[in-house]
Amino acid sequence: MAKKTTTKKKVVKKVTKKKVAKKPTTKKAPTRARSADRAKRDAHTSTKLTNLAQNIVDAVHDDKEPEMDVPVRAASNTNWNAKKRILEMGDNVSQRQLFNLGQARKFMQTLLHSTSVQDLIEQDKTSSLRGMFYKSLHTIEGTKEKTFDDQTESDTILEDLEVSLGSLREELHIFAKKRGTMVGNITVIDSGDEINCRKMGSGGYAIPSICEPDVIQFKDVKADFILHVEKDTVWQRFNEDRFWETHNCILTEGSGQPTRGVRRMLHRLHTEHKLPVYCLLDCDPWGHYIYSVIKQGSISLAFESQRLAIPEAKFLGIRAIDYERCDLSDDVKIALNDRDITRAKQIAAYPWFEKDKQWQREIKKMLTNGFKMEVESLITKDISYVTETYVPERLAAKDWLG
Amino acid sequence: MAPKKTTRKRADAESMAAKQRDISVSEFFAKNRHLLGFDNPRKALLTTVKEAVDNALDACEEAEILPDIEVRIDEIEAPTHASKAGRYRVTITDNGPGIVRKQIENIFGRLLYGSKFHRLKMSRGQQGIGISAAGMYGLMTTGKPMVITSKPHKKKPAHHLELAMDTTKNKPEVTVDIETDDFPETTSGTGTRVSIEMEAKFFRGKGSVETYLEQTAIANPHCEITFIPPDKASEDPELAEAKDEPQTDDQGVVRTTEYADRIVYPRAVNELPPETEEIKPHPYGVELGAFLTKLKQTEEKQLTGFFRNEFCRVPPSVVTAVTKEASTKSKSFSGSTWVNSLDSHDAEKIYKALQESKLRAPPTDCLSPIGVKQMLAGLLKGVKAEFYTASTRNPAVYRGNPFQIEAAIAFGGDLPADQPARVIRFANRVPLLYQQSACSAFKAVVDAGWKNYGLQQPRGSAPVGPLVVMIHMASVWVPFTSESKEAIADYDEIRKEMKLALQECGRKLGQYIRRRQRMKREGQKRDVFERYIGEISRACHHLTGTDTQALYDALLAQAKAKTEIADALLDDEGKFIKDDHGRLAKQDDVIILDSNDQPVVADKEPKKRASTNGKRTTSKKKTTKKSPTKSKSAANAGLFEG
Repeated sequence: MAKKTTTKKKVVKKVTKKKVAKKPTTKKAPTRARSADRAKRDAHTSTKLTNLAQNIVDAVHDDKEPEMDVPVRAASNTNWNAKKRILEMGDNVSQRQLFNLGQARKFMQTLLHSTSVQDLIEQDKTSSLRGMFYKSLHTIEGTKEKTFDDQTESDTILEDLEVSLGSLREELHIFAKKRGTMVGNITVIDSGDEINCRKMGSGGYAIPSICEPDVIQFKDVKADFILHVEKDTVWQRFNEDRFWETHNCILTEGSGQPTRGVRRMLHRLHTEHKLPVYCLLDCDPWGHYIYSVIKQGSISLAFESQRLAIPEAKFLGIRAIDYERCDLSDDVKIALNDRDITRAKQIAAYPWFEKDKQWQREIKKMLTNGFKMEVESLITKDISYVTETYVPERLAAKDWLG
Repeated sequence: MAPKKTTRKRADAESMAAKQRDISVSEFFAKNRHLLGFDNPRKALLTTVKEAVDNALDACEEAEILPDIEVRIDEIEAPTHASKAGRYRVTITDNGPGIVRKQIENIFGRLLYGSKFHRLKMSRGQQGIGISAAGMYGLMTTGKPMVITSKPHKKKPAHHLELAMDTTKNKPEVTVDIETDDFPETTSGTGTRVSIEMEAKFFRGKGSVETYLEQTAIANPHCEITFIPPDKASEDPELAEAKDEPQTDDQGVVRTTEYADRIVYPRAVNELPPETEEIKPHPYGVELGAFLTKLKQTEEKQLTGFFRNEFCRVPPSVVTAVTKEASTKSKSFSGSTWVNSLDSHDAEKIYKALQESKLRAPPTDCLSPIGVKQMLAGLLKGVKAEFYTASTRNPAVYRGNPFQIEAAIAFGGDLPADQPARVIRFANRVPLLYQQSACSAFKAVVDAGWKNYGLQQPRGSAPVGPLVVMIHMASVWVPFTSESKEAIADYDEIRKEMKLALQECGRKLGQYIRRRQRMKREGQKRDVFERYIGEISRACHHLTGTDTQALYDALLAQAKAKTEIADALLDDEGKFIKDDHGRLAKQDDVIILDSNDQPVVADKEPKKRASTNGKRTTSKKKTTKKSPTKSKSAANAGLFEG
């Protein structure tokens, strides 16, 4: 690890040196052709980064204290837009000041990450969150203090940078770890490569973390709807049973809480190709929350809700009544613990669930049941019960929660 | 008496009468010497020095001479064992007015003889017991008479007397009486030297002669004391750095200095304390018996005149009111009532009426406080600290006696930080060395509530910290708990005044401590900012192409300005501004020293300085202003190259 860090540092230094001389002129040959669209966007982001720094420089030379505005990413600054039915970020902005003991370090870190992002844009490369951590990591001259203690610290600063610049992570050339899989009646063009999602074998197509139109384009969208399942194990069942083929759909999974990439993919398919999204999640507060995030957006990413939330997404199951309805055995019950109960009550109080009688009933039922159920529990009926009976029946009956 | 011893002749009134006779005062004290502070050989030495120095100072001040006092202790015979006493000769020389020949034996040879007992006037000695008791002690333990040399006239030779004492008769016996030229030259041309040989034990430290002299020098910054302890007395004054003048140190302070052959407590102020007025007793402080005696002894014929001449604050209008109050149907009094017409019953009635009437407080021009400036000067030379403050209360009254309380504090510097504060107590400028916990002053220190001022204070004891607390009580009559004059009696009025004086000092100290903490915090803050400034400058350069060094300098300046608010506040409020010598504060009652004796070293290591709490750094102001700029920017100049 240490070795890697040092080499990375060298690269940074080299760039720094060269930059002065060649700033406005030639660019390194990009590894992939930069589309005109993206070039324009990169230039825009770059300007925003420069402005951020320039504001500080100007302030200092003007004998004002340097500060930057960082929109508040907290529940207090998250509003429920009942009309659009998504979570939105409010207008609260906090000043990040250098000459404030609690903020000085973050101030410095934000600027360090800004330089790192600028480097990525100049070289037209992308980096993972972990890569960014290492890129901006070094020991401060004359001290034993490191610029970042761990990746968590770095990740938070990057999210701050996103909101302060009003740029998306993709625009900052940063991607997250890949998570989530897709298969179905669709062809995807990923960075120019055509990927036929009908022929992905048992593994499926890994949904990249950046699903912006300049990276991902769709072709041959033949599917009628999207079935999103909570985790890989369930997805494997559906894929093995060729569910997407028999029901002409796209099958996705998000390995728990879906990443931004997965959500962006779902959102684009939903808006660009009018594909309804059905979710098959566990019957527990966690499953309900995943649904809530897909549908309305999350607090920490409220600023991206516009591009991620799918208010029309449907909750197919598992339902609290399924224990009786599907005549399941006692063995599938997992008792709700105290935390689950608290969480369930919190979720019931979300503004978008609060006035929804169906959802109130659903959560209440789960609480009276006193147990939760996983999607996999349906296997007690039959290995393929979920693909052959459960989901088709629900879809046919249009039996879902909205 | 055991009943068996029937053979023994019973005493009757006659036989007992044969044994009954006068007890001479000297004889009484010879048997009860602990009452005078001669309980043991250790204390004997101290008490002797104390009485002699007190007398010398009083005499000098009355004659308006700046006192030069030399205390010399020679070891005649070393103690044979650590627990045994040795034999010492104590010699105290002053430059006072001297004593006329015929009074010498009275002053030094008789107990309870003196000028101070009969009057209500603020002076060090009060009873006139001290020095003659010391001589008596010497005589009793060694058989050697006390030797007195006094030179009352500049141009005439000095008298040399050797004085023994007849304890049974309270009368001096002069064994040698000659004129001599063997008297050291003094600044005044006059002076007195007393030499007493005694059995004693010399030691240093708590309760020693040295401590006493040190504290005397603090409370009497107008005097210069030279102390030659036994171990230095043997030094050849010719060889040693003999007649060096006291030097001012690098902080501009003349401090107590120890040479090879002597210890010098230098003079810090050149003004004598103002001469005090003698006052007549205030009726509230006079008891019935004393009142009756006064009535008997007065030369005045009528009550108005009696009250005017024997008391203070009893004008004719009060006399009228009091006599009216005391009058009954059978007998009425007025200002013109004849004094000798009063019987004791009448006198008691008048006395009671007088006690119940409202009288003005006694005049206070009889008091001579040390003064804020003098206390600060005294502490400054005697105690190495970084913060000094003092306060003088307005005069107050207990039992009809006017008194005035002063307090001073020295804080920080080289004082030990983890020990209880050192309390030094004074009564009429005389240090009180023993019986601390019985003293009203010490109780006031405990009462003052130091936690409010940023110090630790365990319940029921003195505060803990690098602190010296000085308390002075000036009064025409200091109420001691015993004749050895070691503790001030605990009158409510006195303790209250002491507490208030201490709290005045405490508030200033608290302010200083809080500011110092704030400065320290600001310093740490500055460190944090400075750490990130380099990174930020480089990042901004990277993003905008701005000049790194220029931005760094600008940011550094901002960081300084930001964290220097604390320093600036100090100046703005005018609390801690230093004068041209960087020493005396503008505010008269506070002095702050830079404990950084070598600011150059501190400059080089600003960080280290901030973290070393042990060596209590003082005002950051001076050092921080100049230090990090140069050093940091110098370090960073290289940082951006290449």
